[in-house]
Order: sequence, then structure tokens, then C-alpha cells
Amino acid sequence: MANKRIDEATGTETMGHEWDGIEELNTPLPKWWLYTFYACIAFAIGYVIVYPAIPMIHGATPGIWGWTSRGQLDQEMKKEQAERAPILAAIAKTPLDQLVTDEKLNRQAIEGGAAAFKVNCVQCHGAGAQGSVGYPNLNDDDWLWGGTIDDIAFTITHGVRQAADPESRMSQMPSFGKDGILTPDQVGQVVSYVRTISNQDKPSASSQAGAAIFAANCAVCHGADGKGSQAVGAPNLTDGIWLYGGSVAALTNTVTNAHYGQMPNWGARLDPVTIKMLAAYVFSRGGGKAAAPAAAPSGTGTGTPAQ
Amino acid sequence: MAKSIMERHTTLERNITLLALFAFLVVAIGGIVEIAPLFWIDNTIEKVKGMRPYTPLEQAGRDIYVREGCYLCHSQMIRPFRDEVERYGHYSLAAESMYDHPFQWGSERTGPDLARVGGRYSDAWHVQHLSNPQSVVPQSIMPSYAYLKDNPLSPGDVEGSITAELKTLKDVGVPYTKDDLANAEADLKAQADPNADTSGLLKRYPKAQARDFDGNPAKLSEMDALIAYLQVLGTMVDVNDATAQEDLAKEKGR
Repeated sequence: MANKRIDEATGTETMGHEWDGIEELNTPLPKWWLYTFYACIAFAIGYVIVYPAIPMIHGATPGIWGWTSRGQLDQEMKKEQAERAPILAAIAKTPLDQLVTDEKLNRQAIEGGAAAFKVNCVQCHGAGAQGSVGYPNLNDDDWLWGGTIDDIAFTITHGVRQAADPESRMSQMPSFGKDGILTPDQVGQVVSYVRTISNQDKPSASSQAGAAIFAANCAVCHGADGKGSQAVGAPNLTDGIWLYGGSVAALTNTVTNAHYGQMPNWGARLDPVTIKMLAAYVFSRGGGKAAAPAAAPSGTGTGTPAQ
Repeated sequence: MAKSIMERHTTLERNITLLALFAFLVVAIGGIVEIAPLFWIDNTIEKVKGMRPYTPLEQAGRDIYVREGCYLCHSQMIRPFRDEVERYGHYSLAAESMYDHPFQWGSERTGPDLARVGGRYSDAWHVQHLSNPQSVVPQSIMPSYAYLKDNPLSPGDVEGSITAELKTLKDVGVPYTKDDLANAEADLKAQADPNADTSGLLKRYPKAQARDFDGNPAKLSEMDALIAYLQVLGTMVDVNDATAQEDLAKEKGR
């Protein structure tokens, strides 16, 4: 262009045009900016060569490094698996009753179980395994289906009331009220009795009438003393721990419309080692029961689980 | 006067029409390169075994999911990262949302991802959780959706509107058959009715789960539909199946 000249005040070349005496300086880009810009272009070319970039017929060009996000995930998972493998193998070959006495391995199993618990169990049993209405608290020593580590592992593996698993924990309390086995009056009486044996109410005429109804209808599963039976998953009614509530209204509802809480048969979804770790975790929560002496080959007490 | 190559741009800069035209062309190239390949590369159009359109009840539940704004807190897209895969399950495949209109991907997760929530919890859990989330997850900030149990399911409030909806979805590419459309109304009711004959439903929608979902067999509620939808999420494709894993391992260029 014509009329380019060096501006005297700044020493910079002008663009070569002027309107009404106003001229524009052609200030060059800062060198650091320019070279950064060139470096970015060079980087982009390199990136296109080594990483997936240009879309073709079936997919993008794979890039000479062959990187894929899924491949990277696969590597990370394999690396993690390899790191965990020795511990998992050790847990796999240790029987449950010996696992709880092996302090180091047990601690590792509890950690692994806690992680698996967060993913699979907290939604029902709560973040602290405290349970909620309809979902048992796993921190106390009140067990529906048994609190030895073997019982816990069995319950986790086969679930509760899962038709798909023949070994699933199965029991079905009748809906005494809904199915017309007991009249509403009789339900009220048996509720009074249950509130008496759980030390919530003082004995009354109603509860005395309820005692006979209890003996005839309920004792077969819950026991003559109302202490329940873990063989059939019948809860202990005397301990003040309630799955669906111990108020008159909640008990009346339970006797009228029985509850059938379910738990998935995790054996179909989780590998045996994870189930073992979950059992170790639940057992460690504080309520774990020692195996019956006959069943414990080593004879060492496991009543105080290692934390 | 022949301009040098370094000065040709001044022609564009001095002609506003040419400048607009060339700016449009350059931006269009960027758009085409990024968008157009999605219509043909295998990654986005792959067919995966097991995918089927939603049943009328699941689709109605999906409408409720969108209506209630569940997507504002829940995404349905598990990304291929270790933390997500360990928590939510196998990463999502593009094909798994091929019948989603609109899709429910996202990165905003105030609540957990729901892409594979199907089968994870019992129906009773879902009823309890939707009615009173804090009763099962004390630290949850999810609001209560208890009214879904009371609302009768009436998609669009017009008789036959579910058929019209499936027809619209068919127009945008969801392969509902004539048979599907003819039976849409009946299938909608049959899936949540424990006494209904579901053989036709299961033939049209393989592996569909038919049962009473909300714990009240006498009533077809919005809760039924929403839980039917939640229970199918992420369950259609068996991603851990051996051949699927093999195919995924071979993929390059993504």
C-alpha cells in the first residue's frame, strides 16, 4: 500500500491510510504472543497425529498412540485390580470364621466391605448402617436371621424373600386382620399384649385376652415368650427394637397387613469376595454374634469382633 | 494491481457482504466437521443387542420424569471414568439412549446418576423413597413426590393420547410397529395390572417387567409409571455379556 511511513513519536510503521489526518499504527503483535500462537498450531498438528481426531467413514482417525477413553479406563481398572488382587485372593481363601480372627486381613476386608456397602447397601440400610423403618439396623445385636458372620454372609448371598433364589430367607407372616383370621377387636388385644411384653404398657384386661390369642396364633413363630425365632426370621417382640414401629398404630398395621420386606440376593450380582467383605463389615458394626461353640472349629471366641 | 498473498485479506475486510459470506463459510466448516460425522460414524449409530423402544407405561413414566424435572438433579450418563464406573456400573453406550426423546444426559449431578438404576432397588423402596426420600436417605435433599401415588395415570389427559405419543415418537425414528400402536392403550394398563394377560406385551417388548409397581394393584397411578420407567433404566443391554465386552475392546478412535 501506498503512503507507509514510520511514525516519529513511536517509531512504529503506519498502516498507510489516513482519514482527515488520522492515521493508524501497525503495531506488531508481541513476540511472546506470536510464538505462543505458533506453538499452539504445532501442538494441534501433533495432537491430530497421535490422538483420535479426524472423522472418517466408521469412526475418527485412531491416532498413532491408539488412545481411547474406554481403553484408558480399562487400564486403570486392571491396574487397580492387580493392586487389590493379593488381598482379595487372601480373603477368598480364608474361611469366614478365621477371617475375623486375622486382624490385618479382617481390617482390609472391613475396608473393602465398607466401600461395597456404600455402593450397594446404604440406600436401604443407611449411610451408617442404622437402617430405617422397614430396613433393619445393622449396628445393634438384634438379628432377624442370625448374627453370626456365616448367617450374615448367607443372608447377603441369598437375600430375603427372593423367589428367584430357592435358598433365600423366606417367611410370610399372615395378614391377620386383612385376611380375616382375627377380628379388629382381637387385633387390638394382641397389640396390647405385645406392648405389654415389650414393657411399653402395663398389663390390662385387653392384654390378658391378647395373651391367649398370641399363644394360639403368634407363638408358633415368635415363640411362647415373644422372643422370636431366627430360623423363621420372626423378630423378637420383647426387646424394644422395632422394624416397622412399636406404637399402637404401627403394631395394629403390622398385625392387620403383614410386611414382607425384601432384600436382593446379592450372590447373583456381587462376587463371593465382595460378599465376604460385606459380611466382615456388617459383622464388625458391633452386633456380630459369635458362632455357636459346636460350629466354631477353633473354639476361639469371636464375640468381640475386631474393629 | 496484483496484490501479494499477504494483502488479499484487505479485499474481504473492505466488503461487508463478502466478509459475512466468508465468515459464515468458515464457521460452517467447523460445524460440519463436528456435527455431521455423528450421523454416520459407528460410535453413534451402532446397534446394540437388547435395545427396544420403551413400553407405553415406561414412556408415560418417562414423561413424568421430565415433567417433574428429575433431570435437573439426575443425569443418565455414566462416563468411562473409574470413579463413575465403580459407583454406578458399566459406562453408558450411545445406543442405550437411542430411543430417548429428549435424551437425559448431563453433567449436573445434585443427585446420583440414574442411567443404571433399574433393578437396583425394590419397587417398595422406590415408593418409600419417592414419597419421603429422607425416610431412607436421611441426608437427602430430594423433595417428596408422594402425590404421584394419588395421581391417576392419564398421559395427556385424553383417551388415546399414549397412542398419539408413540406415533409421534415413531415419526422421529423410534421403531414402534403398527401392532405396538394398536395395543398401546391396552399395554399401558396391562403392565401395572398383576391380573392382566401380559403375553402380548412381553412379545412386543421383550423382557418388559409387568407387575404392580406402587403397592396398590387397584389403581394405575403416576407412581406406577415412574417406577416402571426407573426399573428399566440401563437394564435393556447386557453390557457385561462376553460378546459386548469383546466388541468394546476392539473399538478405536473415540
